[in-house]
Amino acid sequence: MNLNNDKGSMSTASSSVTVSDQFPAGLRVLVVDDDPTCLRILEKMLGTCLYEVTKCNRAEIALDMLRTNKNGYDIVISDVHMPDMDGFKLLEQVGLEMDLPVIMMSADDSKQVVMKGVTHGACDYLIKPVRIEALKNIWQHVVRKRKNEWKDLEQSGSVEEGDRQPKPSEEADYSSSANEGNWRTSKRRKDEEEEIEERDDTSTLKKPRVVWSVELHQQFVSAVNQLGIDKAVPKKILELMNVPGLTRENVASHLQKYRLYLRRLSGVSPHQGNSFISSHSQEPPYGSLSSLSGLDFQTLAATGQIPAQSLATLQAAGLARSAAKPGLPMPLVDQRNIFSFDNQKLRFGEGQPQHMSSGKQMNLLHGIPTTMDSKQLVNLHHSAQSLGSLNMQASAHGNPSGQSSPLLMQMAQPQSRGQILTETSGGQVPRLPTSVGHPILSNGAAGAMLAINGIGENSRGTGYNSVSQTSSVLNFPLNHSAELPGNSFPLGSTPGISAGMSTLTTKGGFQEEINSDIKGSGGFMPSYDIFNDLQQHKPHNWELQNVGFAFDASQHSNSLQASVDVTPSVLVNQGYSSSQRNVQNSNVSAMGKPIFSVGEGSEHGIALNVGQHLNSLLVDNSTRVKSERVTDTSCQPTLLPQHFGQEDLMSAILKQQQDGLGPAENDFEFDGYSLDNIPV
Amino acid sequence: MNSNQLQHQVLYMRRSLFDQGYLDSEQLIQLEDLQDDANPNFVEEVVSLFYSDSARLIQNIEQTLSNRPVDFSRLDDILHQFKGSCSSIGAKKVKDACSQFREYCNAGNAEGCSRSFQLIKQEYETLRRRLESYFQMVKQAKAA
Repeated sequence: MNLNNDKGSMSTASSSVTVSDQFPAGLRVLVVDDDPTCLRILEKMLGTCLYEVTKCNRAEIALDMLRTNKNGYDIVISDVHMPDMDGFKLLEQVGLEMDLPVIMMSADDSKQVVMKGVTHGACDYLIKPVRIEALKNIWQHVVRKRKNEWKDLEQSGSVEEGDRQPKPSEEADYSSSANEGNWRTSKRRKDEEEEIEERDDTSTLKKPRVVWSVELHQQFVSAVNQLGIDKAVPKKILELMNVPGLTRENVASHLQKYRLYLRRLSGVSPHQGNSFISSHSQEPPYGSLSSLSGLDFQTLAATGQIPAQSLATLQAAGLARSAAKPGLPMPLVDQRNIFSFDNQKLRFGEGQPQHMSSGKQMNLLHGIPTTMDSKQLVNLHHSAQSLGSLNMQASAHGNPSGQSSPLLMQMAQPQSRGQILTETSGGQVPRLPTSVGHPILSNGAAGAMLAINGIGENSRGTGYNSVSQTSSVLNFPLNHSAELPGNSFPLGSTPGISAGMSTLTTKGGFQEEINSDIKGSGGFMPSYDIFNDLQQHKPHNWELQNVGFAFDASQHSNSLQASVDVTPSVLVNQGYSSSQRNVQNSNVSAMGKPIFSVGEGSEHGIALNVGQHLNSLLVDNSTRVKSERVTDTSCQPTLLPQHFGQEDLMSAILKQQQDGLGPAENDFEFDGYSLDNIPV
Repeated sequence: MNSNQLQHQVLYMRRSLFDQGYLDSEQLIQLEDLQDDANPNFVEEVVSLFYSDSARLIQNIEQTLSNRPVDFSRLDDILHQFKGSCSSIGAKKVKDACSQFREYCNAGNAEGCSRSFQLIKQEYETLRRRLESYFQMVKQAKAA
């Protein structure tokens, strides 16, 4: 991944997707298994993949190795069943101490065990006997994680950029020893940032007022989730967020608003959440968990989930059916789930927090960073399903979260599933099966959450981890209010909706960009109503800026070829500016690699039909999100045809605004959404 | 036998290992694919690892079974490991016997476990014999 270091251009930073030619050769893998036969086979297989393998037959020893050589490994593969230590325990430790991606494996393929893997944070789960094909793709987990890290870094500070700019070769070179340097550099950078933050200085950024962009908000949300809503104090949040120039006061005031928002949302009916969970649990056990489930969510969660608003939207949208196809990781997150997600890690099934009350609504989609702009629900559909405007309208109905926009969450489903579940209806977050990172745009007007799950499917059947990270984060360009009258929901551009996505953007601004390539450019203003409401009508425009989806498209529309340019920008809320996203996406696409995490540009038809009828969606719950199937594997730019009339959207949005946030209960009842054509 | 005949023998033995359910063809092929100039005897190497590991596991089972009261959960653990090992080389029959053992284990049926254990040992021995002759034949054919 070459990062261009120009400060100004976000593109480089975010993209970091370009990798060196050799990559993934040289990836440093630590494999832990007490079975010598299996260990030997894995060692040989990994070697064949040109990885640098270290094998170990005891978990304790493995931990020691990891500790003494902190930057010596890129990824860990561990057996579940080991005599000296439970594999899950090792998984947790590694996650905590070293934050490396961990893949679990076992001869046991029962759903419970796989689920356990997800909930404990495994980024994938392989069933023995392991095939070499499954191992060939493990590098994606590493890239994904780094990308997210980068995003965080990038985001945090322009000032720091210069210093932090990693050397171009840094990211890219897995194979070289520079790799270590990369990690260290990033870490160093992070430290630097932290220092700066701690000084609580505003000297670096001397803006008098903080604009809570989508990315920033997501970071915030993720930090809050990490700490626990009850224990989230501004100081700690600030530290976690690591954004230079941000002051505690900024965080404190934002926190206050967020809490209010959560309180309002806590009225969401519980069974949405349940449905989510249950739906999720119905998911067939995936042999390999594509990141989506576990990982994505986590990532998503970590990334700072969607701002409350988006959460709401997401909830509404997402939670819709899980039914997606098997293997789809959490499909729409049930609203409840989303909100209830209290703990930072969205654990599936694990008591998915129905308790949204904690106010962390953050990840509506488990782990899917829902971008806030509720409006942005991007549906990634393989098959051009057009996601009906996700509840954009719905939000208009005064849903509290305004998230009527169905959050289409596409959870990239691992395992080449072409299914895209886009349940846009009502802002459900559709699960997009594979198709590479279908960006999920929650177009709910309320923070459309774009959860773009890296649909791993890209052409590769092998467990793509759909990294749902993409929750396309709606950028909340706080200052966007201008875009939409009142609410600026530029929903129109449902991400990924290439062509004609413009419909979504209600506001002209986005529309343009969105048209035709899903360029999310400029982020749609997803239902930002919610935000508005939340903010007490503060003009926070949570614009969906590049909501992961190609909305950004403007930037690189080409990045995602398939119309769905759902560039991962939607991904994880990292507030990448669309440019970044695009860059990323483009990089991604350039790399030709399947979408990395989160919706990377998967062209896959992320059909974001955002907000077609948000209102209707919300209301009836029967909206179908017509999402176009965006490219099924073949990235065709299918973007959805706009199903939503822009007018509709606009009105929905406006209406929403007027209504203000409705009762906390989240009216997005996304669970009713039925995705109609979920391309399978 | 001449080279051709040896080759035929090899193929024949291989075929019957698959057809009779002793070995999983896919897995064997995977292992063979991993074999290369740097590791020309990879398959055999792995199979040897399997033998030694299995011997250890069988001994463990033996011991655990003879203890009173029978520790079923420990048995289940061992069997799980054994199963994993079997699947690495595609030892189908042995693996199936392990599954059967596990069922008795879950049911707390010590008698059933004992019987299954006998079956496991039997299948294991048979497989071992067959594999050894097979590899020998492969060597001969190569040498010819």
